[in-house]
Amino acid sequence: MAKLKSGTSNVQTKTSWKKALKRDWQFYVLLLIPLVLVIVFNYAAYPGLRMVFMDYKPAKGYDGSNWVGLAIFQKMFKDADFIRALRNSLVFNFLDLLVGFPMPIILALMLNELRYPRFKKVTQTILYLPHFLSWVIVGSVAYQLFKPSSGIINVLLTNMGVESVPFLTEKWHWAVTYLLIGVWQTMGWGTIIYLAAITSISNELYEAAMIDGAGRWKRMWHITLPGIKGTIVTLLIMNLGRVMNSNFERLDVFGNTQVKDFQYQLAIYIYEKGLGNAQFSMSTAVGLFQSIVGLILVLAADKVAKLLGEEGLI
Amino acid sequence: MAKKKNEVIRDAENTSEGSRAINKFRISDGLIMVFLALLCLTCIFPFIHLAAKSISSNSAVLAKSVYLWPKEITFDAYTSLIKDGTMVYSMIYSVIVTAVFTLLGMIACTCAAYPLSKKRLKGRNLFTFLLMFPMYFNAGLIPTYLLFKGLNLLDNVWVLILPLIYSPYNMLIMKTYLQSSIPDSLEESAYLDGASNFQILGRIILPLSKPIIATLSLFYAVGRWNAYADNKYYIKTDTLKMIQYKLYQMVASATEAQTTTLSEAAAVTSTPEVLQAASIMFVTIPIICIYPFLQKYFVKGVMVGAVKG
Repeated sequence: MAKLKSGTSNVQTKTSWKKALKRDWQFYVLLLIPLVLVIVFNYAAYPGLRMVFMDYKPAKGYDGSNWVGLAIFQKMFKDADFIRALRNSLVFNFLDLLVGFPMPIILALMLNELRYPRFKKVTQTILYLPHFLSWVIVGSVAYQLFKPSSGIINVLLTNMGVESVPFLTEKWHWAVTYLLIGVWQTMGWGTIIYLAAITSISNELYEAAMIDGAGRWKRMWHITLPGIKGTIVTLLIMNLGRVMNSNFERLDVFGNTQVKDFQYQLAIYIYEKGLGNAQFSMSTAVGLFQSIVGLILVLAADKVAKLLGEEGLI
Repeated sequence: MAKKKNEVIRDAENTSEGSRAINKFRISDGLIMVFLALLCLTCIFPFIHLAAKSISSNSAVLAKSVYLWPKEITFDAYTSLIKDGTMVYSMIYSVIVTAVFTLLGMIACTCAAYPLSKKRLKGRNLFTFLLMFPMYFNAGLIPTYLLFKGLNLLDNVWVLILPLIYSPYNMLIMKTYLQSSIPDSLEESAYLDGASNFQILGRIILPLSKPIIATLSLFYAVGRWNAYADNKYYIKTDTLKMIQYKLYQMVASATEAQTTTLSEAAAVTSTPEVLQAASIMFVTIPIICIYPFLQKYFVKGVMVGAVKG
């Protein structure tokens, strides 16, 4: 057995392809399936990216369209719509992070303090629920609740003598509603990782602190929080790496003409310019810009996490 | 003097807290419970309200008098939904698409994760890179759209299935699980007994991976069930649209030109308001019903996934 083990650890560098194929051909057969899938559905799309250097016309195809060099990118950086979409994406993603990131940590700390296992379990089950609902359901429920005249929230407000609030139809109100619904959707689910990190903190620390007379808040502040600091830092960096992403479905279900100013983010730009207006080259250039900046951010985030001594992301 | 007394009292409190903190119920416990309970209500009330609305009479809903309890109970809205048939059809269609997607997805996932979990595999780094890269960089909407057009996948049910059945994220979770939870010695002894890699996979690996298979199947199923963007991008024919997109067209997009309404043949008597509430409930109820049973598998998956990624 030991012999075989030392043998297997060496083969990686020594074996020739012929030998490896003979021994592990079944592995390569299995790998063919996912490889074919990524090649056909992912890699095959990459050559299409060349249209960012073309004035691509759907009717003419790749061969008939003219090469224009960097003209599309020059146009892109002067395009007011693009600037607006980029600004909105960055602002809203940072706000999402600002409002949404601390919430799961706070909730995890609270759940951790609960003394009644049953109450804790039920609470967790309910708080995880929004994560499983599609954006369509979340969006249509929100629409039903927040409608200006007949939504229940506004009915209640009017009954109390307060003027009805345009939660989803005026851009500043929309921004707040949109962000809070985002927090609501992710807060419960986000606690799982922190709760797991908390359980790995040694009980002895708490016992020692209790003997020293540290109260609940002190224990939370001096033991629990430092204990999950690594997880917090990793997740924060990871989320910062995703600040260029935008979720099309979330934006789309909450979209309407009155809030276009804020709702117009990169995912919406790419969809509307591309499939809506058939400005294929422009839409693709913006998508490429988003992908590349996103990739750089993720790689940088990974580097930073590793520099800080945390486990990397990639 | 009074100050000193206060300090003494505080000291006494602190020490008693140290020894009795475990059994004593304090105000902070109450505050935490109230806060968490309120958050839970924000997750429950919206659905109770909609459920109440969906089985209330038109007049009660129009009078805006329905809150959390139905008034003048009637199931008209559901009856017309079922009579109309498009939602029921869509539901069955979506279940089938989701089931096929999940099955194929698990096959693709296993085919990638099992070989890549083997350190001795020659070319392992290259294959891992090839299979992970699409997660970090994708060609974007238009090149993908044109590719699918070239593959004749537009307006075709397979566009909802094939492009997404291989998921780098799920593969990573499965690979991590295989590497960390299944001892090498088990396979080595099977290998020495003359078992082939396929036999090892079928007789040892898969039976031992049941928990992760359950979890990932759920990831696949819920992911497919909930997503609608690809319906919007690639599907035009009504009968090929999944239920989430149907609901989207019905409710969320009041401005969308092609808003689908139920056919007149169904003789709809409910107001749009009630009908929308019923449609939302129609799509939500299945998820809420199976959700409590699935939740623990998801939590497990997140834990495994948290190891990396």
